[in-house]
Amino acid sequence: MSKRSWLACGAAIATLCLGVSTAQAQDDILVGLITKTDTNPFFVKMREGASEKAKELGVKFQAFAGKFDGDNDTQVQAVENLIAAGAKGILIVASDTKAIVPTIQKARDAGLLVIALDTPLEPMDAAQATFATDNFHAGELIGEWARRSMGDEAASKAHVAFIDAHESQPTVDVARDQGFMKGFGIDIKDPARRGDEDDARIVGHEMGEGSEVGGRNGMETLLQKNFDVNVVYTINEPTAAGAWEALKAAGKADGSVLVTSVDGGCPGVKNVADGVIGATSMQFPLLMASLGVEAIVEHAKNGTVPAPSEGLTFTNTGVKLVTDKPVEGLESITSEEALKICWG
Amino acid sequence: MSSDDTPHFSEHAGPGRRVINFLHGNPTIIPFLVLVIGLAIFSLIVGKRFFHPFNLSLVLQQVTVIGMLALAQTLIILTAGIDLSVGAIMVLSSVAMGQMALTLGLPPEIALLAGIAVGAACGALNGLLITWLRLPPFIVTLGTWSIFNAFVQFWSGGQTIRQQEIAADAAILQWTGTALQLGAWRLTLGSVLMLGLAGLLWYMLNRTAYGRHIYAVGNDPEAARLSGISTRRVLFSVYLIAGAICGLAGWVLIGRIGAVSPLGGGSANLDSITAVVIGGTSLFGGRGSILGTLIGALIVGFFRNGLALAGLDVLWQEFSIGCLIIMAVGFDQWLRRISN
Repeated sequence: MSKRSWLACGAAIATLCLGVSTAQAQDDILVGLITKTDTNPFFVKMREGASEKAKELGVKFQAFAGKFDGDNDTQVQAVENLIAAGAKGILIVASDTKAIVPTIQKARDAGLLVIALDTPLEPMDAAQATFATDNFHAGELIGEWARRSMGDEAASKAHVAFIDAHESQPTVDVARDQGFMKGFGIDIKDPARRGDEDDARIVGHEMGEGSEVGGRNGMETLLQKNFDVNVVYTINEPTAAGAWEALKAAGKADGSVLVTSVDGGCPGVKNVADGVIGATSMQFPLLMASLGVEAIVEHAKNGTVPAPSEGLTFTNTGVKLVTDKPVEGLESITSEEALKICWG
Repeated sequence: MSSDDTPHFSEHAGPGRRVINFLHGNPTIIPFLVLVIGLAIFSLIVGKRFFHPFNLSLVLQQVTVIGMLALAQTLIILTAGIDLSVGAIMVLSSVAMGQMALTLGLPPEIALLAGIAVGAACGALNGLLITWLRLPPFIVTLGTWSIFNAFVQFWSGGQTIRQQEIAADAAILQWTGTALQLGAWRLTLGSVLMLGLAGLLWYMLNRTAYGRHIYAVGNDPEAARLSGISTRRVLFSVYLIAGAICGLAGWVLIGRIGAVSPLGGGSANLDSITAVVIGGTSLFGGRGSILGTLIGALIVGFFRNGLALAGLDVLWQEFSIGCLIIMAVGFDQWLRRISN
């Protein structure tokens, strides 16, 4: 090509680039959502909620997820990608609440607003705001329910099995576990640590990693430790479903065992209706996500940081006890009512 | 020396050499001994709660799913390959079965067969990429692992199909979870299926020419090719069969957890490799056995179960499994070096 054609091409490309970059300068805010996985319906719902809110507010939205519950590396990369892409804020459900903190600090140093969803970081103020269920309270509700359901026997004849998520004790895991214990009337000693209790009613803790397979394996092992298990705490509803299969196989699916859980997903609520789960604490992931997107947009427009709920260090998105066997003195909704507001 | 004497090796092997030759010919003895010793130790520490038919059969049930994946993995590792996508193929097959039966409304038996066919198709894709494009199995299956996981997400929409829905409309999918009571032993049909499949594969590997070809290709692909074995066809068929076995494992998975769930399966591929390696199959191909894999899977199951019942933290389970793997691979390497 002749020199003039080269110049013409160059000019055209330059104008294009300039045009594009000016367009981008006036362009939308980018909000990023990073969840633990994209398999758990909880996170699927969160992503949908955030995406809808982003569309409603006219901002750009990108979602990332780890490959498995506990996958910190993918989340680190996602944060870095969002920083590079010029995002204005990040909503994150951290898989490893301690290990992600340095990367979060990088994002904050780059001027992004970081909001922790569902799972507080450690330390909690590593994120500028946390929108979460009060997981401790969620655990307390089901623990309280189990205690009142058992009545007098709770003090003497209870054998409680715990199927948690991970050995590494993420905040969500510990909070729900310790909350349950407090609600049930077990002395929790250090509320930040699971496993330091010595109550004789505890059969044991197994790690189910939040899936059905883990729930089944964990329940079987705990039944082997003590076949008289009559109360089961599970970290989430898939774990409870798996634990139920084990109870069924052991011939204990006759209502003699109280199975409790946390989440409030539609499959879980249906399981309450079917008698698989006795009581579950319902969370509101859609609310977490949409409030989060709103907060980032607000911050991008006028720099405001969301304030925590009254008396708490985070913004409480609420929790409701769902059970078809309500107990005196504890507010709850039935599975039928819950089906109207469940997620997933 | 008369002309009648034919040259021959001196048959004089010292006792040490004899032991080594024996081990080389029967590598499964070591994992078997580990299993027996492990059972003995845990029975002493934990007592009757461990060494009771109910608990022992429970462990068998717990290792059944991984055991099936390990059977598939054995075939592949025998050819000096590896498959990181076995877990993903299993979950994809189970999701396929569930979605076809309940969302697409196909008759459950068809959905079941179609799900297994999906597994076989995944295996075929692996086989194609490895034999046709001649890519290393590790890399190929690393990629297909992610691809199949993406399909799991896509097809399931992240949703679990609950146990009650499957029981109502497609009970055959949960068939492998049906329990059999044999005295004090409690087996599931899934475990029986796994043991039956193990028997079938044992027969195939040890009594058919095809089985011999698999060992040959793993031991020395060039020599195998020169002796007339179509290495590409053998490799492709191995991955195809492995995929179908993973599809069957998906059926067993539904029986175990009752539901069709896109969760889980994450560590299944490494767990299957662990069982194969501890069972004495060499990662470098050409040596190993189905029986060894079964023993390897049982060892992992019994160690986890025994340590849990002994009240130890979960992390000690991970620690001991890690030690077992290193010992197994180290032993295999030592055998190889000594026999040369």
